[in-house]
Amino acid sequence: MKNMSTIKPYLRLSGLEPLIIRPETNFVNVGERTNVTGSKKFARLILNNQYEEALSVARQQVENGAQVLDINMDDALLDGVQAMTTFVNLLQSEPDIAKIPIMIDSSKFEIIQAGLKCAQGKCIVNSISMKEGEAKFIEQAYICKDFGAAVIVMAFDEQGQADTLQRKVEISEKAYKILTQKVGFDPQDIIFDINIFAIATGLEEHNNYAVDFIEATRIIKQKFPLVKISGGVSNLSFSFRGNDHVREAMHAVFLYYAIKAGMDMGIVNAGQLVVYDEIEPTLRNLCEDVILNRNNANNEATEKLIAFAETVKAKGKVEVKDEAWRNESVEKRLAHSLVNGITDYIDADTEEARKKYPKPLDVIEGPLMDGMNIVGDLFGSGKMFLPQVVKSARVMKKSVAYLQPFIEAEKKESTNAPTILMATVKGDVHDIGKNIVGVVLGCNGYKVIDMGVMVPTDKILDEADKKNVDIIGVSGLITPSLDEMVHVAKEMKRRNMKQPLLIGGATTSRIHTAVKIAPEYETGVVHVLDASRSVTVVGSLLNAETKKVLLAETKEEYLKLKKNFDSKKTIKQYISYQNAKNNKVKINWENYNPVQPTFTGTKVFDNVDLNEIKKYIDWKPYFIAWEMHGNFPAILTDEVVGKEATKLFNDVNILLDKVITEKWLTAKGTIGFWKAASNEDTVILNVENKQVQLEFLRQQIKKAADQPNLSLADFIAPKTENKNDYIGAFAVSIHGIEKHIKAFEAAHDDYNKISLQALTDRLAEAFAEYLHHKVRTEYWGYVKDENLTNEDLIHEKYQGIRPAPGYPACPDHTEKHKLFSLLNATNTVGIELTENFAMYPASSVCGWYFSHPQSQYYGVGKIQQDQFDDYVNRKGLDKTIMERWLSPNLE
Amino acid sequence: MSDIKKELQKKILIIDGAMGTMIQRHKLQETDYRGERFKNWHTDVKGNNDLLSITQPQIITGIHKQYLEAGADIIETNTFSSTSIAQADYDMQSLAYELNVASAKCAKKAIAHYNAETGNTTPKYVAGAIGPLNKTLSLSPDVNNPGFRAVTFDDVVTAYTEQIKGLIDGGADILLIETIFDTLNAKAAIYAAKQFFRQNNVELPIMISGTITDASGRTLSGQTLEAFYISVKHAKPLSIGLNCALGAHEMRGHIEELSSIAECYVSSYPNAGLPNAMGEYDEAPEQTACFIEDWANNGWVNIVGGCCGTTPDHIKHIAEHVKNIQPRKLPILEEVI
Repeated sequence: MKNMSTIKPYLRLSGLEPLIIRPETNFVNVGERTNVTGSKKFARLILNNQYEEALSVARQQVENGAQVLDINMDDALLDGVQAMTTFVNLLQSEPDIAKIPIMIDSSKFEIIQAGLKCAQGKCIVNSISMKEGEAKFIEQAYICKDFGAAVIVMAFDEQGQADTLQRKVEISEKAYKILTQKVGFDPQDIIFDINIFAIATGLEEHNNYAVDFIEATRIIKQKFPLVKISGGVSNLSFSFRGNDHVREAMHAVFLYYAIKAGMDMGIVNAGQLVVYDEIEPTLRNLCEDVILNRNNANNEATEKLIAFAETVKAKGKVEVKDEAWRNESVEKRLAHSLVNGITDYIDADTEEARKKYPKPLDVIEGPLMDGMNIVGDLFGSGKMFLPQVVKSARVMKKSVAYLQPFIEAEKKESTNAPTILMATVKGDVHDIGKNIVGVVLGCNGYKVIDMGVMVPTDKILDEADKKNVDIIGVSGLITPSLDEMVHVAKEMKRRNMKQPLLIGGATTSRIHTAVKIAPEYETGVVHVLDASRSVTVVGSLLNAETKKVLLAETKEEYLKLKKNFDSKKTIKQYISYQNAKNNKVKINWENYNPVQPTFTGTKVFDNVDLNEIKKYIDWKPYFIAWEMHGNFPAILTDEVVGKEATKLFNDVNILLDKVITEKWLTAKGTIGFWKAASNEDTVILNVENKQVQLEFLRQQIKKAADQPNLSLADFIAPKTENKNDYIGAFAVSIHGIEKHIKAFEAAHDDYNKISLQALTDRLAEAFAEYLHHKVRTEYWGYVKDENLTNEDLIHEKYQGIRPAPGYPACPDHTEKHKLFSLLNATNTVGIELTENFAMYPASSVCGWYFSHPQSQYYGVGKIQQDQFDDYVNRKGLDKTIMERWLSPNLE
Repeated sequence: MSDIKKELQKKILIIDGAMGTMIQRHKLQETDYRGERFKNWHTDVKGNNDLLSITQPQIITGIHKQYLEAGADIIETNTFSSTSIAQADYDMQSLAYELNVASAKCAKKAIAHYNAETGNTTPKYVAGAIGPLNKTLSLSPDVNNPGFRAVTFDDVVTAYTEQIKGLIDGGADILLIETIFDTLNAKAAIYAAKQFFRQNNVELPIMISGTITDASGRTLSGQTLEAFYISVKHAKPLSIGLNCALGAHEMRGHIEELSSIAECYVSSYPNAGLPNAMGEYDEAPEQTACFIEDWANNGWVNIVGGCCGTTPDHIKHIAEHVKNIQPRKLPILEEVI
């Protein structure tokens, strides 16, 4: 046994990727620029509805090393719930941003909830507090927990924000107790924000704020080692706003000490963190004095820092970003934008490419398609994942949109451009590939009707009729879509449509199209490998001449594929008839002595007492005939149908009594036994010294080891064993129903009519069961002391079987002829066989009797050509006739 | 119901295989799906497999029973799409609650019959299957409007709450949030469950099972496996696992990873291999069982079974292969960093 593994109680967060805060994580940067209260630029973008640009603010934060993204939409002019919803939803489609966890930041809890409802990862809520009392705090904490979010608890209660060391610690202790003991939070999911206030403001009572924070951090972490400590760092330097140089130095120095004391995370401008060691020594010393409140009597340190700050020319720093790719060729730049989903330069680059290439369309078919191919390859090899690909598609779309007017201008005026209808089939939501094809076709001057995703077949085809489209294209990504496409093809055939059908999408394949779809729609089905090929295919299909050629070639190709496939499939799943025969049921005949029946030949039962038969009725199918499904007798007490079922049951018993006492029906049957021996799948009967051969079919599907390929002939002793074995047969029928049916019809009594029909069927089955019982215990007598309940009989727990020709174990209906002539059943029992081997009266049952203890029911399943040929040969019947009768068993 | 946690300490539990694959074998037609009750329904309902729990319950119960006979300890209700949102495809949203009750009852009934017929006394559990929905909360169906969502979190919570109520009223022993391809949908289900539990003073164990869809090793909504687990861990699930999309062969590495990070029990019910070009699954029962036996021997799993394309035969082989192997032991949760 392996060693027990252990799991540490780290704070674990997630976006698309995990963020696990381990001791060595040191400090977690929370990006603060996506905060309307902290960033004027971001606030302006959101207020102007410029979400695309707002996203690039977020992206910059991530690129600059933010590990968690703080999002705040608290602005009086904003609908905060709506802004939060829109922005977080948009973020989800930006994988390079969404990879990191989100911190939902608001003073309004409904905005926090709105954010949580859009984020799949484990977020941080910033923040909840006891500001409005304990009850509210608990209520909000429960909701956060149900969303699985970690929470920042502000050191805030009904008396206000905690500004002293003592209050910071007290409030944190109280909140910790409530969250862990009452609400059930894991301690590692609790983060305390114990308030960073501005220092160096000139007011002496502010001078110790940083020290209080650092000391409180140390104490809280000692008491509750699993919790985290956070704070909004930029507050600290509020009095130096406008002077980023000094502010950054103050932040770096503060963090240096706070982190040493145990601070785990902070909201910082990730692009503006300087390294402690790289701050010029004068400034660093001044910062240390104000932060640690040293040498600060009468604000001395503060004054010095202010004086220093005035000497520094604050320059706006240029954002550092890796822009080397901008120096590459325009093709490479387009590819870079596509792969990385960057829209910032796409218009300019597209314009440059447009000028470079002879036609705007060449840009699409050249560099843009090349870029998308890279995307496709990366996706295929697992280096990109779906949300990234969606982003690439958007860049593509943007570039194409830019080119569109130029293409339009070039295009000759043509009002009736050929129309192509496209849709993702029912049940499938994937449409990236389809959209790309749509774009590319649109760029080539075709009119594209895109019906979107999850479109039912009839809607697609109705629209195609209505708009009189020239081509229909369907797409899908998941495997059930394959069946849906087959359905589309079938429906097109049924509706007598004339358009070619194009098949595309990641799950589709040429082979599937050839084997399953193309045969259903002869007009023409073409599998289109990718978007770039769609243009040539569509072009060919719209020209009468080339259309004929393409469809003919495709059809030929698909037929060939289908043929290959069919031959392969056979080899794969089925074994040869010879091997199947070699894998017959293993029966130890040597030690088996067949029981001799009490007679050979036939015996007729002319008018069996229905009182005897009725004991054998299996009532379940009677209720099924009434569309009431359930086991008998449980159905009589079923919650839903029990009442109705009981009524039905009482009624039918009244009817049954009437049938019996008034002798409406007569039960006629016959049984027979004959000496028999098997020779492979033939059973040879000795009937009054003449031979009759019964032919059986054998399972040919490849079985698991130790599982035989069954044939009914296996249950009869082979002639080589020289045993006196026997086979039996029976046919039973219930006569006399017609007159009474007519009477019910005349009385418009459908209820009793149906009931009588169903009852008569049950009696025929019960009669067969009754006779089988008699055969086992008496006439054949191979089981002397059988003691089975009716339920056991229904579950076929008896020894031996009574399979009927035309049923799964012996599916050839034509063998019924032999059974009938052996029993002389038409004359003695009055059952007619129709040309389709149906029995009349309908309430009739027939079958063979096998007595061997190993005999069992099963289905033959599909058989192969070799067995079929052999069988036709054995039967001496025409091949086409046998094909018809065995079609369900032939591939 | 005896405590499933006790059973999980004793042995690897077996969860059943595909329902859809087994239903397909019945080759049901439109009229079969409709039954008597919906014979005049105004839309086609063929393919609405969940409806069969009402119109053909004997088939569903029969399939459950086959899985019990094959050795399943946990059977999943036929409720993958039994939400008002998913049923809207058939305009049957008003039936959502009833479908869940009916399906849970089918499963209960199958267990009762199985126990009565075989005299079985080992505990068998009904897991109320909560599917992923046909609408997603993290992905936009409109490529031009990535901020758009076809459904809201509140809609999804409402739909799942109704489903959860139905499953519990019908007698489910466990809630199984499965085939998760968008974690946010799953979080809505967890949210619904937790609120329902608190308001109704009940609590059922929750099993969570995600789906890794492609070679990137991520969920469809883009999360890595660990990110996914972290995002749903607050459910304090009985088990975390993977099902569907991949065959056992492709799933191996992911199960290994999950086993190393999961604080709870680990489940896995893969497809019968990857679908072939025809969309069929052709991995033989013995093959699937061998893959899973390997995981069990490595001490990675507690609950195993099958998804798309698997049959009672697969389950039987799987059960046979893991029956003498010790289940994965829960890791020790340390209290200090």
